Amino acid sequence: MNWLLDLTPDEWNAVRLSIKVATVAMLASLPPGILIALLLARGQFWGKTLLNGLVHLPLILPPVVTGYLLLLTFGRRGPAGAFLAEHFGIVFSFRWTGAALACGVMGFPLMVRAIRLSIEAVDRKMEAAAGTLGANSLWVFATITLPLILPGLIAGAILAFAKAMGEFGATITFVSNIPNETQTLPSAIYTFTQVPGGDEGALRLTLISIVISMAALVASEVLARRVGRRLDIE
Amino acid sequence: MSVLVDINHRLGGFAIDARFESAGRLTALFGASGSGKTTLIDMIAGLIRPDKGRIEVDGRVLVDTGAGIFVPKHKRRIGMVFQDARLFPHLSVAGNLRYGRWFTPPAERYADIDAVVDLLGIGPLMNRRPAKLSGGEKQRVAIGRALLASPRLLLMDEPLASLDEARKAEILPYVERLRDETKIPIVYVSHSVAEVARLASDVVMLAQGNVIASGPTGAVMQRLDLLPAEERGEGGAVLDTKVLHHDETFGMTVLGSAAGELRVPRLAMKTGTPVRIRIRARDVMIATEKPRGLSALNILPGTITTMSPGEGPAVEVGIDCNGATVLARITEQSRQALKLHLGGKVFAVIKTVSFDRANTGAGLPAEADG
Repeated sequence: MNWLLDLTPDEWNAVRLSIKVATVAMLASLPPGILIALLLARGQFWGKTLLNGLVHLPLILPPVVTGYLLLLTFGRRGPAGAFLAEHFGIVFSFRWTGAALACGVMGFPLMVRAIRLSIEAVDRKMEAAAGTLGANSLWVFATITLPLILPGLIAGAILAFAKAMGEFGATITFVSNIPNETQTLPSAIYTFTQVPGGDEGALRLTLISIVISMAALVASEVLARRVGRRLDIE
Repeated sequence: MSVLVDINHRLGGFAIDARFESAGRLTALFGASGSGKTTLIDMIAGLIRPDKGRIEVDGRVLVDTGAGIFVPKHKRRIGMVFQDARLFPHLSVAGNLRYGRWFTPPAERYADIDAVVDLLGIGPLMNRRPAKLSGGEKQRVAIGRALLASPRLLLMDEPLASLDEARKAEILPYVERLRDETKIPIVYVSHSVAEVARLASDVVMLAQGNVIASGPTGAVMQRLDLLPAEERGEGGAVLDTKVLHHDETFGMTVLGSAAGELRVPRLAMKTGTPVRIRIRARDVMIATEKPRGLSALNILPGTITTMSPGEGPAVEVGIDCNGATVLARITEQSRQALKLHLGGKVFAVIKTVSFDRANTGAGLPAEADG
């Protein structure tokens, strides 16, 4: 046990950074994730197939390609990157925020899929009933739709978190592998495997990574079951 | 209080062209399935936007396609009770009840939660989840939820259709109380003659998207020829009567009606209570002279006013008994054997035991304004 927890400061930083990046990636993609899932589940508009394809792109592209595209768009000289840096002071390139962005983008299709499925399963008659009781569409969403899709929301969020914990290719391409800034667990493990005598460190971080991912999964199961019991849908 | 609906609407190959106006306390939209009654009620609630037309409730225009008016459903303040109850599964019964109240502007909240809970007998259910309720309980909670939004009009879309007979019998008295004890006008969709005859003050009869008859229940329900085929056997005269006295020796109640006294199985109602009864045409026999040596207890003298062919060998005969019409379904053979003719003096004969619970209900109290 001591052997497992006897981490060097850099290794601790990698663990902390990974959790921070994954948490931020998950939370930040929730609002757009819900919005896009709503659009895809309920919207009737031109270009829906295109949007669907775009959302799923990170799932089918090699992560390196996604990372490189992020670098081109959100890099210091990329159109979006330059704009955000100049007007809002938000810089992604070679920062942990960039890692969060890369992880968020990679986990986005998984999150949207889970939420979309749960939205499609919502009985719209319930929403109509809420409407006749005086709730406008925003209130209907907040008081009926959102609680009913909670299990899907949790599942989507945990999937995105787990994906972010394991993201490697896009992150390292976009923000490189800088200790204390962008070196997440997978990058740190990769670094260990590249140096002689790094086996022990790689194994330690691998085990930690398994523990974190399992914990997230168990937490989501427990949460989803509790919500499901509350809902008790016939 | 009045409801005016005048709409044109196409739904795929089905066209609805309906106009009616009602100021009744409980107006039944009655017709076979597919006659357009649920579409009409959905339009009043604002769940469907009609292609063309106008809907007014109490003088307030909700839809006027000509003027481009369409009040969205959450601003209509029209309560709706759905056939499938549609209770919110993530809220308790109490949460469901409070839901509608929450969105009602405080100044317009007239419904009192304790009174509604009491009216519907749902006090013991308050902390339960909808999934743990029986069908009848769900429907009572759904009615309560709609009432607590303090609606200007209450719509009920076949609230009993998915319930078994025992559950229906459980809910019907609550709907009667709703009709008689609250001031909210009700529009009630049904395909059941028994429900309509028991509950409605007014009936709008629909077929293939058109209004084929409308008016007071007694008058409309006499039109046996307009009833949907599968309900025709249930058709008959609807009479508003009053409890005269009880006959405890034989366990019967004597009702007074314009047609004369009627003996029915004992009702648990006080003397003087109004009672609505339906006398199925198939339960009525006709005699040309006052019968003797007959077990049937109700013998009403009258005059034949209508005779129209029924289904198969049947003839439907309308008998005016002192101003109230009783309908009888007999065979053509009997009609000829008895030489029945319009204006002929006859006796309508009804067995006491043909009145069961389904065709006796609480009568509508007299209107306050006469």
